[in-house]
Amino acid sequence: MDKSTFETKPIIKGPMHSSLKHDSAHKHVTGSAEYIDDIPEPSGTLHGGLGLSDRAHAEIVSVDLSAVKAAPGVVWVMTAADIPGFNDVASTGQHDEPLLATTKVEFHRQPIFAVIAETRDQARRAATLARIEYRDLPHWTDIDGARENGAPLVVEPMVLKRGEPETEIENSPLRVQAHMYIGGQEHFYLESHIALAIPGEDEDITVWSSTQHPSEVQHMVAHVLGIANNAVTVMTRRMGGGFGGKETQGNHFACLASVAAKKLKRAVKFRPDRDEDMAVTGKRHDFRVDYDVAFDEEGHIHAVDVTYAARCGFSADLSGPVTDRALFHADSSYYYPHVRLASQPLKTHTVSNTAFRGFGGPQGMLGAERIIEEIAYATGKDPLEIRKLNFYGKRGSERTVTPYHQEVEDNIIAKVVEELEASSDYQARRQAIIDFNADSPVIRKGIALTPVKFGISFTMTAYNQAGALVHIYNDGSIHLNHGGTEMGQGLYIKVAQVVADTFQVDIDRVKITATTTGKVPNTSATAASSGSDLNGMAAYDACRQIKERLIDFATRQWKVGRDKIEFLPNRVRIGSEIVPFDTFVRAAYYDRVQLSAAGFYKTPKIHWDRKAGRGRPFYYFAYGAAVSEVAIDTLTGEYLVERTDILHDVGKSLNPAIDIGQIEGGFVQGLGWLTTEELWWDAKGRLRTHAPSTYKIPLASDRPKIFNVKLAEWSENAEPTIGRSKAVGEPPFMLAISVFEAISMAVASVAEYRVCPRLDAPATPERVLMAVERLKSIG
Amino acid sequence: MSEAIRFILNGEEVTRGDFGPTETLLDYLRLRRRLTGTKEGCAEGDCGACTVLVGRLTEQGLRYESVNACIRFLGSLHGTHVVTVEHLAGRDGALHPVQQALVDTHGSQCGFCTPGFVMSLYGLWLSNQAPTRADIESALQGNLCRCTGYEPIVKAAEQVSQNRPSSLFDPLERDHIQIMAKLWSIHSEADTIVVEKDGARSIVPASVAAFSDILAEEPDATIVAGATDVGLWVTKQMRLLNPVIFINHLTELQSVTSDETTITIGAGVSYAQAFDLLTDEISSLGRLIDRIGGQQVRNMGTIGGNIANGSPIGDIPPPLIALGAELTLRTHAGRRTIALEDYFLAYGKQDRLQGEFVEKVCVPRPAEGSHFAVYKISKRRDEDISALCGAFNLTLDAEGKVGKIRIAFGGMAATPKRAKHVEEALLGKEWSWETVSAARNAFDEDYTPLTDWRATAEYRSLAAKNLLTRFFLETAGAPTELRRFELEEA
Repeated sequence: MDKSTFETKPIIKGPMHSSLKHDSAHKHVTGSAEYIDDIPEPSGTLHGGLGLSDRAHAEIVSVDLSAVKAAPGVVWVMTAADIPGFNDVASTGQHDEPLLATTKVEFHRQPIFAVIAETRDQARRAATLARIEYRDLPHWTDIDGARENGAPLVVEPMVLKRGEPETEIENSPLRVQAHMYIGGQEHFYLESHIALAIPGEDEDITVWSSTQHPSEVQHMVAHVLGIANNAVTVMTRRMGGGFGGKETQGNHFACLASVAAKKLKRAVKFRPDRDEDMAVTGKRHDFRVDYDVAFDEEGHIHAVDVTYAARCGFSADLSGPVTDRALFHADSSYYYPHVRLASQPLKTHTVSNTAFRGFGGPQGMLGAERIIEEIAYATGKDPLEIRKLNFYGKRGSERTVTPYHQEVEDNIIAKVVEELEASSDYQARRQAIIDFNADSPVIRKGIALTPVKFGISFTMTAYNQAGALVHIYNDGSIHLNHGGTEMGQGLYIKVAQVVADTFQVDIDRVKITATTTGKVPNTSATAASSGSDLNGMAAYDACRQIKERLIDFATRQWKVGRDKIEFLPNRVRIGSEIVPFDTFVRAAYYDRVQLSAAGFYKTPKIHWDRKAGRGRPFYYFAYGAAVSEVAIDTLTGEYLVERTDILHDVGKSLNPAIDIGQIEGGFVQGLGWLTTEELWWDAKGRLRTHAPSTYKIPLASDRPKIFNVKLAEWSENAEPTIGRSKAVGEPPFMLAISVFEAISMAVASVAEYRVCPRLDAPATPERVLMAVERLKSIG
Repeated sequence: MSEAIRFILNGEEVTRGDFGPTETLLDYLRLRRRLTGTKEGCAEGDCGACTVLVGRLTEQGLRYESVNACIRFLGSLHGTHVVTVEHLAGRDGALHPVQQALVDTHGSQCGFCTPGFVMSLYGLWLSNQAPTRADIESALQGNLCRCTGYEPIVKAAEQVSQNRPSSLFDPLERDHIQIMAKLWSIHSEADTIVVEKDGARSIVPASVAAFSDILAEEPDATIVAGATDVGLWVTKQMRLLNPVIFINHLTELQSVTSDETTITIGAGVSYAQAFDLLTDEISSLGRLIDRIGGQQVRNMGTIGGNIANGSPIGDIPPPLIALGAELTLRTHAGRRTIALEDYFLAYGKQDRLQGEFVEKVCVPRPAEGSHFAVYKISKRRDEDISALCGAFNLTLDAEGKVGKIRIAFGGMAATPKRAKHVEEALLGKEWSWETVSAARNAFDEDYTPLTDWRATAEYRSLAAKNLLTRFFLETAGAPTELRRFELEEA
C-alpha cells in the first residue's frame, strides 16, 4: 500500500483561497486598532473648526471674524486669502471647487473659513461666532428644479448608442414611457473624516489622512501649499469605513490642516463633528430616470431610450465618471437590440456628490429593472420571466454586445440565476405568496429575483495601475507595502495572502504596513472594487522579482538547474537539499542578493473612447443574483424583509470569509439605500437629515430575518487575474434591488398585478403607502 | 457637602473634583485618560461606537448597563463602576469569550464600531444567559455597523451564549463582591456633592429632599436624569449649562408600584426598567418601549424625562394620555397632581413652575375587557423617532357600543394631543366598521400635522386614520401589525 496517501501535504498558514481572519480582527475587538484620532498627538497639537455658510446660494457681501478671533483658545482664523498655493481642491482639474469660499457660496454649509484653536471644543464654539452678510441668489436643490431653471451641466454628458432606437421604438407593438426617482445616500462610515498634519523642515509636511486615495491627498496638499509633491507624505493605516466617501472628500480636511500646520509650525488636527461631516461632504447621486421602452407581447425588449439625470451638486467632483457608470449599467444583464442612453449631470446648489460603492452603477441598474417591471406588468408575466427572456446570450450568439460596444465574453448570469431559482425554491414560494395575498386584506407579501452584472475596471483607463514594495529582511521576515488602502474590506490580508503564497511562507512572517505615498508613488484610489485585483498583482510582481533573484542565487550557489529548486512551505528544496526559508534568505543576503523589489501592474486589454462611446472599458464582469421576500402593511406602508438568498460570483475567491463579509455587508448597505435611508432638503436648501437621529441606516433588526449567502464556487475568472479571483467590493450592493422589487410586487398585489407600482426609491413606509393608495385608486 | 465625585473606572478608584457640568464621559476617557478603545461616531447617542458599561447599585444588586459615553456627563457617575473595552481581555491578554466570538465569526471589518458592539454584547452576556434572536437584536438596536450587515455579529452573540466559561474568567463576575463593597462604601457617605470648575457647577444631591431644596434655590438649574436629550444640547448645540443637577442616582425616584387600579412609575425609572415591568402588565406599551432609542438610551433615558422635556414626538406621553395618566409635580413645599394631557401647554411650553420637578406618573390600568393599543410609525422600525405615534383606549358597553374612548397622538401637533373630535364621533355609537369609517375623517378636525423629514403632512393624516382602522380590525381579532418575531420565537 502506498503510504503517501495517508500523509497530508504540509501547507503554509494563510495561502490564497483560504478563509483567514481580518488581519486587525484581534485589535478591533480589544479597541487597540489605531485610527487617526487615537494616535498620540504631538505636543502642542492644535485643532480645527469649520466656519460654514448658512445659505444655499448667495454672494458673500461681508465677513466679520472679530468675535471668532477673540474667542477663548483661538490661535488663528484662516480664510482663502491665507492659502499660499491654489484655493482649489477640484479632483478633476476643473478648478470648480475652492477649499474656502471667497465671493459666493453655492451650497448650505459650504466652508468659508477655518478656526484653529487650542482645543477642538474651542474651535467648534468659535466657528459659530462669525457675522457674515449675504445677498441671496436663486437656488435649486433637486433635479426637477435644476431642469426648470436651465441649470448648467457640471461635465460633458455622455451618450451611448447602438442600432436604430428611434425607428424601432416607433415600430414596436408595445411601448411605455415614464420616469423614476432614485434617492441618494450618505456613506455613514462610522469614523468621520479626519486629518492630522505635522509640519517638517523646509517645505516638508506629513499628513495622516483617513482617505482611500493618499496620492490625491498628497497632490492636493502640494497644490494648495504651492509646493512640489515630493515635500508631502501622506499616511493611511486604516479607515473606519470608506465606501467611496473618502475617495476625494478627505482632501478638504487634509488641506486645511496642512495650511494651518505650515503657517503655525505646529501639528494641526481636523475632525469634523458627525453633523458637519454629513453636511459638508458629498454623497451618492440622486437620479431621475426618464425611459422609453419598446417591446412585444412576449416581453422581448426591442429598443430602449433612457436619460439618466443626476443631482451632482455645485461642482463636478466625480460626477462625470459616476454618471458614465450609470449608463454602463443601464443594461443590467439584458441585451438591448437598439439602444440610446444619455446622461445629464446637472448642477444643483447642494454639496458636490461623489463616489459611493457602485459609483452610479446601482442607479443605472435600478432603472433597467424598472423597465423589466413595466414590461412584466404590461404583459401580465412574472418579472423573472421577462428577465430571463432578455439576458445577454452566450459568446457566439448575436446577443452579446453592450450599448458601449464591448462584447460580454464571460457571461454566466443564466447559470447563476437558474441555480438560485432552484435553491431558493422561487417558483413555489411565489405561488404561495400570490395565494396568501388573495386572502390577506392588510398584510401583503412580495418576492423578487434580480440579477447583477457589474463591469470591473476604472473607466478612466489610466487609473488601472498599481505598485507594491516588498522587502525580505535578512532574518527572513517580510515587509509588505502597496498603494491600496484598508477601510475594512480586507484588502491588506488578501494581498498578504498573495505574498505568503508566492514565497510559500506562513503569513505571520508578512508584516502589513501602512499605506504611504513615500513607499509607493502615484497610486490610484482604492475604489472601483479594484483593490485586490490591482495591488494583489503588483505585490505578486514584486515577490516574483525577488523570487527570480533567489532562484538565480540558488542555481549559482548550489550549482543545480532552475527546475531543481522548489519553494516548499517555509523551506526551499534545492536539488536534494532542503533549506529553511530564513537560512536561505540569510545566505542570499551574504551573497549580496537584492532582497527588495518594487512591483507594478497595469490591467491589460482595456481601452475606452468616451466621445465615440466605444471600447472595452471593463476587463471582465462580476455576476450575482438575489431572491428576497418581504411583507408590507397596506395601512401604513411599513415592511419587513423576511428572507434573502444570494448566490454571488467572486471567481476563485482569494479569501471566502472576507468575500462573504463583503457580500452580506454590501447587500445590507444597498437595502438601506433602497428603503429607510432618505436625504431630505428643506425649502431653504438645508439638508435636514444630517445625523443618525434623522438619517436611518439599517440596524441588525433590519437585515433579512433569514439570510442565506453562497459563493458560486464553480466560478473562475476567465481572465488571468490574481488567483483567478474577481472583484467583490461593489457588485453585491446591487443584490439589494431584489428587496425593492419584492416590495413593489407586494404593492402590485392590491391591483391584482396588472399595474406597475412605479415605486420610487427609497421605498420609505410613506412611499410604499402612497404607491398602495395610487394602485387602489386605479385598480 | 463634598467637592468631588467618586467612581470606579475599570480596576481603579477615581476621585475627581475638577470637571465642568457638561464634560462627557467620552471626552474624559479619550482625552484625559487616553482610553481610546471607546470611539466617537456621532456624539448624539445614536450609533453606539462609544458604548461602555456602567454598573450601579439597585434593589436587585449591582447591575451593569450599556450606555452611550458621548452623552453621559461625568457628574452623573458618582458611585458607579465604569467599564470600558480595555477592561475585557484577561490579564494574560487572552480575549474575553465575547471578543473571541466576534473574531471567530468575522464580525469586524473596518473595526471602528467594534468596541461598541463588544460592550453591548458584553452587557447582554452579563444579563441574559440564553438570549433569543429577538433579545440579541434588541440589545444591538443602539449599535450601527456600516460594513458587516450584522449577520456575523448576531452569530457571535449566539455562539458566545452557548459556550459560557467559568465565572472566574470574567473580570466583572470575578470582582463582583469587591466592587459592590466599594460602591456601597461610596454611597454610605450621603453628602450632597458640588463640583465647581471655572464657575460652572455640577450638583449631585444626596436625596430627593435635598434635590427639592436645591431646586428652590436654583430654579434655573438644568435637571439631568438620563441626559439622552440634554446631552445633545451640549454636543450639538454647544449650549453652556450652569448649574446642572444630576438626579439619575436618586433611587427614591426609581420605584415602580402597582395595585389593582394603578401603576405608579417614579420619574427616574429608566425605559429599560419600565420595559421589564410593563411588558407583563400592558404588552402593547412594552413593545413600544422596545422601539424607543437603542438599548443604551433605554438604560439611560427616563420616563419622567421623556414627559418633562415636553417634546411633541416623545413616545411615552401618547399612550399614557390615552390611559388617563396623572402627573405629580413636586417642590420643596409640596406636591400637585394634574392630568398628564394638561401638562403640555404649547410647543416647548409645559406646565412646570419654577422650582418644580416631575416626581411620578400614575397610570390607571386598562379596565377589564377594554382594548388598549399603541402604534408607532417611523422610517426605520427600531431606534428611530416617531413620524407619528397613536394610542387607543376603548371600553365597550354591554350593547357593544363605545362606552369610553381615549385617543392620543404624538407627531401630529405641537404637543402630544388627544383626538377629541374622533373620540366624539365614536362615543356612544356601535363599534362597527361604519362608525369607524365615518370617524376617520374627524382626524382632520383634530390635527393639522406638518411636513418634515420624517413624513409629509399627507402621510401623517392618512396613517393616523389607518391606525384607527388597524385598531378596529385588531379589536375584531384580526392581527394586522407586522412583527419580526412571533411571540413564541421571541
